[in-house]
This record gives sequence, C-alpha cells and structure tokens, in this order.
Amino acid sequence: MQKSIKKIFGRTEFYVFALLVVLSVLIQFRSGGQFYTANNLVDIASALIVPGIFAVGTFMVIVSGGFDVSFPALASLSVYATTKFMLNIDYSGGILLPLLMVIAIGALLGAFNGFFVGYLNLNAMIVTLGASSVFKGIMQGALNSKQLAVIPEGMRAFGTSALFTATNSQSGLTSRMPMAFLVFVAVVILAWFLLNRTYFGRGIYALGGNPASAKAAGFNVKRTKFIMFILVGMISAVAGFIRVCMMQQCHPTNMLGMEMNIIAGVVLGGAAITGGAGTLLGCILGTLLIVMVENSMILLGVPTTWKSVFVGALIVIGTGVSALQVLRANRSASRARTMTKEGAK
Amino acid sequence: MAQALLKATDIQKSFAGVQALKNVSLEIMPGEIHCLAGENGCGKSTLIKIISGVYQRDGGTLEFDGKTMDKFTPIDAITNGIQVIYQDFSVFPNLTVMENLAFNTELAAKRRIVSKKRMRQIAEEAVAKINFQVDLDALVGTLSVAEKQMVAISRALMFNAKLIIMDEPTTALTKKEVQALFDIILKLKEQGIAILFVSHKLDEVFEISERFTIFRSGELVVTGSTKDLDDKKFTFYMTGREFNDKTFVAENLTEQPILETRNLTLDGHFQDISLKLYGGEILGITGLLDSGRTELALSLFGIRPATGGAILRNGQEISIKTPQDAMKQKIGLVPEDRLSEGLFLPQSIADNIIIAEIEQLKTPMGIFDRKKRQEEVDHWVKEMALATPDANNASSTLSGGNQQRIVLAKWLACHPEVLILSGPTVGVDIGSKHDIHAILQQLARKTGMGIIIISDDLPEVLENCSRVLILKDGRIVHEAPTQEIDEKTIVSYMM
Repeated sequence: MQKSIKKIFGRTEFYVFALLVVLSVLIQFRSGGQFYTANNLVDIASALIVPGIFAVGTFMVIVSGGFDVSFPALASLSVYATTKFMLNIDYSGGILLPLLMVIAIGALLGAFNGFFVGYLNLNAMIVTLGASSVFKGIMQGALNSKQLAVIPEGMRAFGTSALFTATNSQSGLTSRMPMAFLVFVAVVILAWFLLNRTYFGRGIYALGGNPASAKAAGFNVKRTKFIMFILVGMISAVAGFIRVCMMQQCHPTNMLGMEMNIIAGVVLGGAAITGGAGTLLGCILGTLLIVMVENSMILLGVPTTWKSVFVGALIVIGTGVSALQVLRANRSASRARTMTKEGAK
Repeated sequence: MAQALLKATDIQKSFAGVQALKNVSLEIMPGEIHCLAGENGCGKSTLIKIISGVYQRDGGTLEFDGKTMDKFTPIDAITNGIQVIYQDFSVFPNLTVMENLAFNTELAAKRRIVSKKRMRQIAEEAVAKINFQVDLDALVGTLSVAEKQMVAISRALMFNAKLIIMDEPTTALTKKEVQALFDIILKLKEQGIAILFVSHKLDEVFEISERFTIFRSGELVVTGSTKDLDDKKFTFYMTGREFNDKTFVAENLTEQPILETRNLTLDGHFQDISLKLYGGEILGITGLLDSGRTELALSLFGIRPATGGAILRNGQEISIKTPQDAMKQKIGLVPEDRLSEGLFLPQSIADNIIIAEIEQLKTPMGIFDRKKRQEEVDHWVKEMALATPDANNASSTLSGGNQQRIVLAKWLACHPEVLILSGPTVGVDIGSKHDIHAILQQLARKTGMGIIIISDDLPEVLENCSRVLILKDGRIVHEAPTQEIDEKTIVSYMM
C-alpha cells in the first residue's frame, strides 16, 4: 500500500495533475467562479480535441526516441487535398468517405517519413523537418492552396453536431460538446492498447530505450519505425480533419507552427526526450495543461498578447521540475542501494 | 577425453586487408570454465563475434555440439545454445525487469498481444534458475550494474544455453559483486553449461577458470591448464615482454609535507581526513567503491570542494574551490573515468595533450604559438611512447592504455608538484599498465613530485606506493607503510 502511494508521488503525472488543480482553483478564484462552470469545462474539453489527438501521435514518436515536427504540415496537406477534392466533385454524402480519404493520404505521407527514418535509418527530426517543407510546398505549389471558406456539407454537419450542450447557470452562455470528442477518446483508447498491450507498442518503448538491444531481442526495428510513422500520419490527418470540420473552413496554413506547443505538452507530461519513457496519461495531462493556460488567461484578466509568455514559462518551469524529479529519484535509488549494501554487511 | 562442445580450428578473419585473426584455434569442453585473455586488439572480440554469428569467418572450421556451423546468423547461434553477454548487457533501462526477461521468448513465439500473466511466469522461471532475488516490476535502469548483469544472465539461460560467453563481465563490479558472479558461474558449471570468460585481469583468471587461452595480435600464443600458469608467465604471454617490477622505495623525501589535509570533510562522503604527502613519495589510498575515495580526489582538485577542514600546501593553508585553484597550486588530477572526465575523445591527441597548459602556449601578444605547441606535442608523444602515426588523429583512435598516457602527458606538461591519480590503470592493458607504473615511479624518484594513487587494485597499490591509507565509510581506518602490510590485511580493514 505504502509502496503504491510512493509510486504515485514519484511520478511526473502526479505533479502535472497537481499543477492542473492548483491552476484551476486559482483561475476559479480570480475570475469570480467562472472556471468551474459547465460551459467553460466543455469549452476546454472541446479545445483539447485537436491538440490532444496530435499529442498522441507526437508521443509515440518521442517514445521511440525521435522527434516529429512535420505533423501540422502533414495534417494540413491531407485535409486540404481531401476538402478540395470533395468540393471539386460536389460531394454531398456523409462523413465516412472524406474521413477515409484523409486517413489514406495521412498514411501515405507518414510512410514517406517512415521510409527515411525506418529503412534508411536517418534522424527523425531532420527527416520530418525536410518533410514538413515538402508537404507545405506540395500544398502551396501543386494544389495552389488558398483558404476554402466553404466545406462539404457532410464535414460541416459533423463539425457542428453536438453530444450535448452545457449551459452556464449564471450567465446563460451555452457551449456545445462536439461529437468529435468521441473521436479523441477513441484515438486515446486505441493508442493505449497499442502501446501497452501489443508487442508492436512495447517495441516502440524498447527501441526508444536501446535500439541495439531491441534488435537483439528480436524486434523488427525498421518495420516498427515504418509502421509507427504511418500510424502517426493517420492520427495527425484525423486531427487536421476534425479541426477543419469544427472551424467549418479550410485554412491551409493556420495549423502550421502548432508543433512546438504540442511537443512541449508531451514533454511536460513526462515523456523523456531521450525516448523510451512516458505514459499516455501524462501526455494527455501535459497537453491539457497547455490548452488550459492558453484558454484561461483571459479569465485571469491577463491580456491575450501575454499568453505566449505564460505558456513559455510553463514549459521551462514544468520540464525543469520534472527533470529535477528524475534526478532526485535517481539519487534516492542509488542511496537506497548503498543502504541495502550496508545492511547486507 | 570427452568430445569438445566448441571446436574452432584455424579460424581466419581480415578486415579491409588487415588480418585480425591468423589461424587461431579454440576448444571448449562441455561444462568447462575457459578463460580467453589478451590485450586490446588481440582478436578476442573478433573471435567471439564469429562464434556468435555476428561476423562470417574467412577460413577455418567451426563445430559446435557435434554440428558443423557454416554461414549462420546470431539467431542460429542462439537456437543452437550459444549466448553472449556483452559489456553493456543489451538491456532496456526504461522497461521493467519482467519485460526485459520475457521479450525474447515472447517475440520468438511471434506473439502480438501482451499478456502480463504470461510474461510474469516467464520472468519468474528465469530468475529462479540462478536464485536471483529482484523486484520484477522495477525498472532495469534503477538496478545496480551487478543486478543488470544478473538480468542479462537470467535472460541468456532461458534458451537452453550450452555455452555462455561473457565479455569482460567484471569491469564495473565491486569485489563483493565479482564474488557473487563467480558463485553463479560455478552454479552454471554444475548444470553442465560451459562458460567462456573473457578477461585480462589475472587474479580472476586464476580464481575462476580451469583452462585458458591467450591471444596476441590475432595469433594464438598458448592454451593450457590454469594450474600451470603464474603471474610472470601470464604477463609474458599477454605482452610478449618481460617486466622486472620493482617495489617502489621512496628516496629523497622532502622534510616538510608538500600537501597536507586537516580534518578534511565532504558532507555525506568523507569526514576528518588528515593526511600528509611528502615530495618524492607515492601515497596509496584504497577502500571500497563507496568509501569516499573517489570524492576525496575530487575535493583535493576542487571539483567537489570540501565542506570542512583545511588543505595545506608547503605548510601554507590554501583554499581550493575550483579546479583552477588546484592548478594554480600545481596540483593535477587524472580522474577515474578518463573517457568522460579526462579526455576529449573526438579531439586530436595533440590538443588533448596541450589543453591544460594552453595558457603557457601564447606569445607575449596573447596569440596562440603554433610552433611552441608542436614542440610540446612532439616532446610528449616521444616521452610517453604514444603508439600513434600522427598526433593529429582523434584520441578515440587509441587503445585504453594509450589514452591514459595522454591524460598523464596533459598533466605532466603543466609541471605539477602534486599529482593525484584515481584508478590510473582501470581498463588499461597489462603492457601499458606496467609502463604507466614505471613512469609514475620515475617521476617520484627523479622530480620529487608527490603522487597519490587512489585505487582498489591492491597489487598496484602495494607495488607502487610507499605508504597506504585505507578508507572505510568515509574515514581513514588504517595507515601503514606498504612493506609492513599485505593484501589480506588491507581487505580486512576495507570490509
């Protein structure tokens, strides 16, 4: 019992969660009770959907020991191509066909990353930096991208459909919980199963810990990386697709630049930048923290122009604290060892 | 005579035209503990890689368990019962002991879905084989080196291993852990598993192995029973040279101690260390890994400044808070981990030699004097007999012994009066070890330098030091002239 309590206290997830609670209470207090209202909570959940799905994909790559900075460009290209194609053929059907198409394009672009990182064993960060540029170029050059103010009816309907509507009893403001939240939940559950309950997922952790040993243990390192990048491409494309549906317009560039905050959230949640360590729970909590800070500064009375300063400070302090935490854990582990050694004498 | 388990005959292997193995043969009997020894670059590792299927041999024959092995992969080697435990153990530090143990089996069975229950079962069976007590849910990264090694051994045993090859398994272990490892090796022997033990530490070779084989420059020098081997022969076989080791006797000691500490303390590591070092002597400091010996060296050099007590230099109290302070006082340190603390491995040999005296290598204008640099570099390459064709090569191209000589040269170039060496010959081959000892003895005798050797290699301390201090739990528990003490007595004080 005591051991499990200690385990909880020793984990980054616990500190991120505590930080979330403290921050929310602070906002609640400063904003005169505006944080813990039904509509605000639904707003935050709704704002978490797209970054949350992106974070799941990013998390996988970081656990494998690499960095993916191409996912916003990958998502933009996939969803732009899909939307434009659907508009060109005057598509008026449901959500399924565009969704399948965007996932297929995402898989293809992910395979591009995966081929270079997996089979040619190139550094993931370098490959995805290049890929990011290539994807952007294709979108702007070959597809001649500009803002699409109208999106196909099926996508629009999906973006506006609500699971339920929450009302603020004081102000009467309402917020809709988008249907897309279910997609986010589904992606998280699937990713959790994949990472923790299949040997493909354990292989991602294994190769993030020690690639040479992973090979020696019998994991197919190259194929694991390749398939992982395909999956990450599919996940990112879905995130981009949902964003377009929810915004009800397709803007080719407004997802670009999101990668830094997403990666920061994942690292904040305890994923080791050296690879091999971290949990999906931490990844979601870290992302939630970033989303909450971005969305709630206004409730604290902080001008939105200062938002990036706060988000930046949070990243530096947050990752700093978790790094300290790891250091302390290592030290106490080595101390415990010396003590048992002395006890054995 | 029973049939050999492994029979390698006339094995040849070349890399890019350089012959790494020249017709070497090796025979291992079932259930035998066989030691393979040789200096760095003698071809030991190449042979291991051929036996385990990593490399393909160019010539010769290989038989294992009565079968001829031709063109086989590491996986084939494993299924035939050959397991190698490398120095890094090939473990996943970020995963649990259970996963580390179970992965190979589960992947070999082509499983896709994880079952914790089945993994636990596999892991429990594995650790039970060598009676290894460990928390299966602990992350391997939090285990000690010895425990990681146990994980690797347990894992190796899961595939009905008939031969386990251990590549320098004792390098990072404490004396006690080495003993525990030997117990396990003996247990494995009882189960009929043969062990090929790669080592160049002769006391270990004598203690554990029944037969030995020694390689030198890719050739088989000798193979035989350990009973017929002694120190002198072992060293000769390894290096091809004869050494006349002289026990160091201090001459021309200074009257005043050149370095003295009074009640020196570093909280949590050592307390009340009072010692005197005279010019011209070599003082040995020994103790277990956690006795504070390493930290004492770091404190004297200002890397981890002492929290209490005083340091005196030629009778004057001085303050050493940074390595720069120590260097101003003409104190030099050759650190324990030369790879991470003592050398810039990717940089050239030349730059590593002159780095500590770089301040002295400038013209009056403050510009770097290239000519003076070259003179210094040439001088030290010759003085230390560095085996390199070009001093502009990266330091990483040299063997451990030669790297250690660079670290020494670097400090000697600053003309220190006090030189502290922490584990000066750890991971250094026997030939270089003798050379380094000779250099140190000569320095003390000729230049009147005061030298402190911090080491747990007791023969090294006894041979090279005139006095020895024994540290235990951060305190000096005994001090004696080396002529009046033996290894056994020192160990009894250490434990």
